[in-house]
Amino acid sequence: MPSLGEELELREDSRDIARDAVGMTINEFDDQALEEAVLIKEATGATVTAIALQADGIEQALRVAFARGADRALVVTQGETDPYDARAAALLLANAIRAIGPDLVLTGVQTPYDLFGQTAPYLGAALGWPQVSVVSGARILGDKVRVMQEYSGGRGAVLDVVLPAVLGVQSATTPPRYVSMSRLRQAMSSTAEGITVASDGVAMRSTLESLGRVEVRQRATMLEGGPEDAASQLVDLLTERGVLHR
Amino acid sequence: MGDVLVYAGGPGRIDPRRLLAWARPYVDALGGALIALVVTAGPATTAGSEAADVVLEMAHPALAPYLPEAHELALVEAVKSSKPDLVLLENSTAGIDLGAAVAARAGLPFVSYCVDLSVVNGEAVSVSEIYGGQLLATARTPMPVVVAVNSAALPEAPPERGRGERRSLPPPPGLEQLRTTFVEATEPPADAVDLTRAERIVCVGRGIAGAQNVEVAAQLAAALGAELAASRPVVDAGWVPKVRQIGKSGVRVKPKLYLGLGVSGAPEHVEGMRNAELIVAVNQDPDAAIFNLAHYGVVADLFDIAEELEKLL
Repeated sequence: MPSLGEELELREDSRDIARDAVGMTINEFDDQALEEAVLIKEATGATVTAIALQADGIEQALRVAFARGADRALVVTQGETDPYDARAAALLLANAIRAIGPDLVLTGVQTPYDLFGQTAPYLGAALGWPQVSVVSGARILGDKVRVMQEYSGGRGAVLDVVLPAVLGVQSATTPPRYVSMSRLRQAMSSTAEGITVASDGVAMRSTLESLGRVEVRQRATMLEGGPEDAASQLVDLLTERGVLHR
Repeated sequence: MGDVLVYAGGPGRIDPRRLLAWARPYVDALGGALIALVVTAGPATTAGSEAADVVLEMAHPALAPYLPEAHELALVEAVKSSKPDLVLLENSTAGIDLGAAVAARAGLPFVSYCVDLSVVNGEAVSVSEIYGGQLLATARTPMPVVVAVNSAALPEAPPERGRGERRSLPPPPGLEQLRTTFVEATEPPADAVDLTRAERIVCVGRGIAGAQNVEVAAQLAAALGAELAASRPVVDAGWVPKVRQIGKSGVRVKPKLYLGLGVSGAPEHVEGMRNAELIVAVNQDPDAAIFNLAHYGVVADLFDIAEELEKLL
């Protein structure tokens, strides 16, 4: 997905971001899902397959997956797919997943631009498997997966789900591990396999008319003049407002 | 025809009133009824759904506590039986669980992260916040459509009362063959810090850039007599404990002072801190969304500001 660390430029017709002008990165939720998959592998001896749709920079992302502990990587080669058509993407992935036949599918809970739906619930519906999203940990208990699901305010629930199942991962049980340069170099020799599957040809019924910048509603009063000045103005301000704890 | 179906359920203490209030103008525009789906384990309690014209009640032991699989079946059943033009969910955990899944199973299109909606020539014209709140996407979708509405877009004001007619909806047979079971509820640890009671909060965002830098913010928080908090990416990276997370999946706070260091202002975070009395943001990016919300802003390296502030405190 496009890197969110930088400002996103719009294409001239405003129907998409200028993709040539933006760096690509792995969706951080997918990164958490990959970590959880590798933790499950370490606990159970499972085999982890990293799967992705063809996209710019995907080979590099899959190499990182190998370095992190994936056993196999698959690229679904289907030509160009509309980045906003999450349902068509999920249907392609579902067809590839059927061909692999895993017990558990983990994916990031959301993508910052999936305004027409998230991957995990679409996959669950397409595969006919139970699905849980906003997951913050999973472990295998026999023919089930025990998941932590998060609500708001620090509350949540523990659910048992019969396999096969789909999980939309918010965060892994432990944060994604650091990948050393030597592991990455080792992974350079691993290559992703290609897989071609039937496309279900479901047309997106929504039309993305335009993208625009968020309107400035209430611009902050900016404190100017270098860190020293700004800090001093801030302390004065907090003192004036009686919010400073002295 | 012209009905709007609101999913008035979900885990935790969900209050459907804000979504019902948000839905009312579309009911008026479409000329139908406002229908609330209320699912319960036992005899139905319709608390909070007085704003609906029709309260659709479904009772089955599998419907509480919340299971995504069970609520998905219930909502699909409600969509099939009431054939609304609009199906609305709040974009919370349940909204993410159910929105796309229900749309797919009912054969309807789906729009998420919605902050504004209008009905034009029989189509839903939606505005969604995407790319972490950086961009607004306007889309046109033929109705019927399922829409997940961002919590921050929902009004605080209580809704007007509806007709409140009660109808019961028989549970679908699929509820007898669920593959998901509830084990237990989890609460934050009792001795954990309660950010909702903090008067001053120093919150670190992605800009803190590493676990080793959190100490800088913690020291500043101590000097200010503030609690340390963080946005989701910082917590997910394991740099700050989960109990200190502010936002959609964390806590909602209303301190006298919120000082954001390297917080970009993604909608999910803003949802948790927008009601702070005084919001001050420090960010290197002059276009960071947080400056639209903050009362005072500083465009600078957060470490420089933290250092200077500490000298003065």
